[in-house]
Amino acid sequence: MTRYIRHATAFGVVLLTALLVHTAWLQVLQGPSYGGNPANRRPTIARYEQPRGRILVGGRAVTGSRDTGEQLRYERTYTQGPLYAPVTGFASQRYGTTLLEHAEDRVLSGTDPMLSAFPLWNDFTRAQNPGGDVVTTLDPAAQRAAYTGLGARRGAVAAIEPTTGRILALVSAPSYDPAELSGNGPAVTRAWNRLNSDPAQPMLNRAVRQTYPPGSTFKVVTAAAALDSGVVTDLDEPTDSPDPYTLPGTTTRLANEAEDCEDAPLRYAFEFSCNTVFAKLGVDVGVAGMRAAAQDFGFNDRGLRIPFSVAPSSFDTTVDRGQLALSSIGQYNTRATPLQMAMVAAAVADGGQVRTPYLVERTTRSGGDPVATAGSRSARQVMHPSTAERLQELMTDVVTEGTGRSAAIRGATVGGKTGTAQHGVGNTGMPYAWFVSWAQGRGDTAPRVAVAVVVEDASARRGDISGGGTAAPIAKSVMEAVLHTPPAR
Amino acid sequence: MTEAGTAVSTAQPPAPAVRLARRRGVELSLIVLAVLLSVYGYCAVGLAKHGTLPPGAAVYGAGLAVLALLAHGAVRLRAPYADPLLLPIGVLLNGLGLVLIYRLDLETPGERAAPIQLVWSTLGVALFILVVLVLRDHRWLQRYAYVCVVAALALLTLPIAFPAVNGARIWIRVGGFSIQPGEFAKVLLAVFFAAYLAANRSALAFTGRRLGPLQLPTGRVLGPVVAIWLLSVGVLVLERDLGTSLLFFGLFVVLLYVATGRIGWIAVGLLLASAGAVAVGWLEPHVHSRVQDWLDPFASIRAGQGPGQVAQSLFSFAAGGVLGTGLGLGHSILIGFAAKSDFVLATAGEELGLAGLSAVFLLYGLLVERGYRAGLALRDPFGRLLAVGLASIVALQVFVIAGGVTGLIPLTGMAMPFLAQGGSSVVTNWAIVALLIRVSDVARRQYDGTVAP
Repeated sequence: MTRYIRHATAFGVVLLTALLVHTAWLQVLQGPSYGGNPANRRPTIARYEQPRGRILVGGRAVTGSRDTGEQLRYERTYTQGPLYAPVTGFASQRYGTTLLEHAEDRVLSGTDPMLSAFPLWNDFTRAQNPGGDVVTTLDPAAQRAAYTGLGARRGAVAAIEPTTGRILALVSAPSYDPAELSGNGPAVTRAWNRLNSDPAQPMLNRAVRQTYPPGSTFKVVTAAAALDSGVVTDLDEPTDSPDPYTLPGTTTRLANEAEDCEDAPLRYAFEFSCNTVFAKLGVDVGVAGMRAAAQDFGFNDRGLRIPFSVAPSSFDTTVDRGQLALSSIGQYNTRATPLQMAMVAAAVADGGQVRTPYLVERTTRSGGDPVATAGSRSARQVMHPSTAERLQELMTDVVTEGTGRSAAIRGATVGGKTGTAQHGVGNTGMPYAWFVSWAQGRGDTAPRVAVAVVVEDASARRGDISGGGTAAPIAKSVMEAVLHTPPAR
Repeated sequence: MTEAGTAVSTAQPPAPAVRLARRRGVELSLIVLAVLLSVYGYCAVGLAKHGTLPPGAAVYGAGLAVLALLAHGAVRLRAPYADPLLLPIGVLLNGLGLVLIYRLDLETPGERAAPIQLVWSTLGVALFILVVLVLRDHRWLQRYAYVCVVAALALLTLPIAFPAVNGARIWIRVGGFSIQPGEFAKVLLAVFFAAYLAANRSALAFTGRRLGPLQLPTGRVLGPVVAIWLLSVGVLVLERDLGTSLLFFGLFVVLLYVATGRIGWIAVGLLLASAGAVAVGWLEPHVHSRVQDWLDPFASIRAGQGPGQVAQSLFSFAAGGVLGTGLGLGHSILIGFAAKSDFVLATAGEELGLAGLSAVFLLYGLLVERGYRAGLALRDPFGRLLAVGLASIVALQVFVIAGGVTGLIPLTGMAMPFLAQGGSSVVTNWAIVALLIRVSDVARRQYDGTVAP
């Protein structure tokens, strides 16, 4: 019998070995793949187990975290949700993250290995880093000015610092409170459905994710191309352009809202926004020249990240001469985000240099030690400095005596360009009122701010060229806010 | 009792020349270690969940220590030669089980299972002490073999009269307490099997027809085997309890083999078992779905219905990795239903990791090995078969449920010995340890330096 008991013992050893080998396989070899299974809630639970890092504007946190004690424990809160929604986005247990909450999620949620002083040690102890902070470049006063300026109207404002590319304001209206989407209760679902079915699209970030026909504000680009290519050499020399202008290859006659546009010199045409002059100038520069100029400014760039992605602004490169004429006055297939037009204004203000805009000054550990800083960005010379100087002159004229007089600020040099873009089938849609501008205080050594404002439902009557009526005052208040703030560095 | 004692002593060989050391001091120090480990686990849970020591830490530690020391006292008094490892392993596993259930209780504030489990553990230790004190010699049980089998059958059939709980008719509910009589039946059946086989092993081993290399049993002695097989299938069909029937059958096959050494029995047994399992697997939807879950635990996820219990259990083990998340820091509660009972091992796997889980398996392995060792050292066939049977119950049960929750074999509802929530199970396991203590005491007391026959 002893032998058989030994056999039974051997059988027991087989069972034990099977268990040990199987659990080793399960826990060590299969572990990572099961951990990544979408039905496994552990990564989600771990993600919300600690307060999320903060997003700071002007040294103050605009986000917070609330301990719910539930399984997905900490929920996001926002101190001024609608004001900063186009920057922060939302961080929802149910619907994920967007915008900065998404782009900087690894820092905010604490998973970025850079947050740890000893990365491998954390892997060993399974400790989680506290969420890091994201310090933005925003100017709270400018942001507030833009938000109140837009009020109940649909539109967007983008403001950047021309010498650095720091984004000072990014506002989209109507906005929403991202705090409504924090958590995963039924109220969150209701809020999500309501926001998504709202025809006003409050969750659409119009400043960077929506493109508009830029209308006459695009004439800054056309003027730059005409001056740089030598098509125009003297601002005050007649341009030999008819009024009305028959689009090449068609019988369509392009007319003006402004008067005295026939053969008008560039200065007059810019100041009073003569469509005929700029349409002809665009055709004279040619498709290649116009395309190069537009793309230098940032049009057709699909890769811009601030750090979240920006919808590409477009300048159609496969146009005939008639379409090129329309494209050159910001119509046809030319479309731009407000941020793109702010970049155009900034390039003029900063001597013809375009800087990649950015929104994150630095990311830090929860204690404040920097993890990553924006550093110095390379600049791209997109036009000759003398061209920029002459464009500054033209834009300043617009504000001092042209269509943009309502943007003038006492004690500061302000340059601007108005625009009204028609859209929709047969131009039946609401027109978009545009204003792009830049400003430099009297004591400043460099331009402080470049702004682009678009107001969708401009109460301006159709055909009104003066984006100056509705958009310019908003730009003015944003510029004033920036000029009143002492320089950051 | 006294009569039995004298009968035994007359049957004993002359007093052995060499006596083994009693090793009670070793047992005591291991018990202290087991209690300290359990209290440490309890404190670790509290520190991880609330950052403070749990309020009842001292009471819990004192209670466990008192129980363990009482049991130790009984062993010292009445089974001084018993194997010194058995009791500490029981204390450590029971203590760890209480820690795991307490830890899971924190996730389900509405259902506190640890206090009830502590009550049952106390009852289990009381039964242990009773068995060690009263049962002076295991051979006394041999005379009550048929009482045991009748009692076992009665206990097994009792739950049929009660409503099914979660698809299985294995519970009887009295007041707030639910009892699983099948648990107690295991020990009684082991006693019966050991007695029956000890008496009939010659007839089973040496009669019958040869068929090639196999020696098949004769029809006359096949009767009881078929009866046991029918019992297993009956339990399976009537109570929908695959685990228990598997355990009974496996236990019987192991004991049959140890008693007779005939491979033919194993062949017949496996044939009958697989025929029964396949038939039931296809016919019984409850069992069929378990097999499906085993073959493809993630099917429900792909079907968009979320992870099932087995999938959650696998996630839990996988999350543990080598070192585990630490007590109180895992999320095995996601398993949901039966997380504290059948799936309690997943919590050990997630929070203690492969290292802790292997340690737990090795503890069970050690417990089983000590049982087999006692069986090897004993001289009487009943005692040997009883020791092997009791150890095999633990071995098979651990394998069936641990294999089930880790996806090695189809899941069958069973309690992890000592760890799982379930009063009947804890009490039964303490009875098993008590009987092993008794047989090991006899085995080591009569040791005379020679190898047993």
